Amino acid sequence: MTVSVFVPRDMMAVALGADRVAAAIEAGARRRGADGRIVRNGSRGLQWLEPLVEVVTPKGRIAYGPVSPADVEGLLDAGLLEGGAHALCVGRPEDMPYLARQHRLTFERCGLTDPISIEDYRAHGGLAGLQRALGMAPAAIVEEVKKSGLRGRGGAGFPAGIKWNTVQQAHSDRKYVVCNADEGDSGTFADRLLMEGDPFCLIEGMVIAGIATGATKGLVYLRSEYPVAAAIFGQAIAIARREGLIGISVLGSPHAFDLELRIGAGAYICGEETSMLESLEGKRAIVRAKPPIPALHGFMGRPTLVNNVMTLAAVPWILAHGGQTYADYGMGRSRGTLPIQLAGNIKRGGLIEYAFGISLREVIEDFGGGTASGRPVRAVQVGGPLGAYLPAHMLDVPLDYEALAGIQAMLGHGGIVVFDDSVDMARQARFAFEFCAAESCGKCTPCRIGATRGVEAIDKIVAGMERQRNLAVVQDLCELMTDGSLCAMGGLTPLPVQSALRHFADDFAHLAVAS
Amino acid sequence: MADYEDWDAARGQDIVNGLAGLEGATLPILHALQAAFGCVPRDAVPMVADALNMSRAEVHGCITFYHDFRAEPAARHVLKLCRAEACQAAGADALHRQVLDELGVPWHGTTADGGITVEPVFCLGLCACGPSAMLDEAPMARVTAAGLRAALRARDDPRVAA
Repeated sequence: MTVSVFVPRDMMAVALGADRVAAAIEAGARRRGADGRIVRNGSRGLQWLEPLVEVVTPKGRIAYGPVSPADVEGLLDAGLLEGGAHALCVGRPEDMPYLARQHRLTFERCGLTDPISIEDYRAHGGLAGLQRALGMAPAAIVEEVKKSGLRGRGGAGFPAGIKWNTVQQAHSDRKYVVCNADEGDSGTFADRLLMEGDPFCLIEGMVIAGIATGATKGLVYLRSEYPVAAAIFGQAIAIARREGLIGISVLGSPHAFDLELRIGAGAYICGEETSMLESLEGKRAIVRAKPPIPALHGFMGRPTLVNNVMTLAAVPWILAHGGQTYADYGMGRSRGTLPIQLAGNIKRGGLIEYAFGISLREVIEDFGGGTASGRPVRAVQVGGPLGAYLPAHMLDVPLDYEALAGIQAMLGHGGIVVFDDSVDMARQARFAFEFCAAESCGKCTPCRIGATRGVEAIDKIVAGMERQRNLAVVQDLCELMTDGSLCAMGGLTPLPVQSALRHFADDFAHLAVAS
Repeated sequence: MADYEDWDAARGQDIVNGLAGLEGATLPILHALQAAFGCVPRDAVPMVADALNMSRAEVHGCITFYHDFRAEPAARHVLKLCRAEACQAAGADALHRQVLDELGVPWHGTTADGGITVEPVFCLGLCACGPSAMLDEAPMARVTAAGLRAALRARDDPRVAA
């Protein structure tokens, strides 16, 4: 009997040797006369266990991890293909608290299936949302999204249903759906995991968005730093076209919707929606002033629905199970689930999809198991390079858009980066300015000039030169950038800087003496 | 690592023509040119401008805006080291100092033997197991100086690479 062995093909697993592990298992099984079939699945999101190898047994899928190529012979000798006992065995993944505690809606299939098998996709509930949407009026689809309470997962948290409604109401010869897959925030990888592990889910979400808004063309703007996602998603688009999921008649319906994958070119600013639209149009990615909003005047000047990967990928589940069922998860005005990405100096980093409202502490301590170094947590940056640094005593804040805004922080794309007590927060503040200076598109002065002046002022503070006056300069720059920048790049760079100054003032004073 | 073609105007024109029909075709064309020639050759700029009804200055502006596009090919191998926060939290800064020191290059520099160009990158999405890197097309996580040394050796030795 053929034994199926799952070895993930996501970029993290590959970075940790998954290709060589898969080859070694195949060769070793053959040498033993065993009939093993390797399936390259997506990641379960248990990134610290990658490569996580799973074997199908009568007791279910038994997992082993992290498996290095050197472990394979020993594993096969221990009866890997029968789910035999071994030090690396972690049992059935679904029994592990890390997975069992989660609310996997968007990521319900990720890691279970072969990402480019449309049969797997259907067998695990895929296309149910689209089938239902095809029987609904576009306005009813938008209503369902409104009811779900879904908010833009890219960081801004704008209610998706309202944006969808605006595009739907707009009149034009053509409309577009643009998926923002320029996941540039450090500490975030949910878009990557989904595009590598369950690409049809994003395609289905975009098709539903097209039908709801009247758009017939979709573009996915993927960053060039994700070559594995580009390869897998490109394959998935070709299969979707062959299967009639996209094309001139979506699943035999009167709706047309086609899809194109575009690759970015290493500019962080392209995560900002208007800059991304400029880039898609073939120009320098210079931020546009709003209004007009992209929903009315977007790609090629046409009404364009711009949503993040996570927003669009939540839609198939919402349509399949109903907006209200989705809205039953969460707290306050943050409804549904948040794909949390736990990273940095952390023992068990990975993807945690959970209803809004879980505290930062639960994520870091219960799921993450504390720092990888074993030292105390000192600072946590939430929401990417434009997110605030929070000290260890503030970790009881619930992950909720409003709760984080209430402590001058932001949720962003749901990335959490943990630092231990060796972190130097003056360096982190300087880096925030430095990053902004390097990645600013240059259109508005507060961002272009402010970031560079910020680096200089922090260098002076750290060097002990006129510290009080330069601290005032930094505060002044931060205020100006917050109020005067055209987009979130300049507007939010003050968040990490000011939070570092507010919560870790000693690092700035201390260094002045030390240097 | 890719073997790049020498610049050939007819080949360049074919690449440009093949993609010029896309909406907003600039980036797809520049990527395709760079994949073929290892950079966007100076002589390709007027071709792109003509095909897309842009000025040469606009095409040049586009090439220089994006970090990925090069005017000259990189070395045979490109090592990208992630400098973003999650990797910093996992000790990337110290690793980078050591690696740059061992290779004797600054950021964006190429080693004396012309073998390796070292570039900074801001996030590879491997943030849960940092520090991370990319050697040519191969992603790497939990990178150490010793692991990088071994990977660089393997790259130039077909026996090890096999």
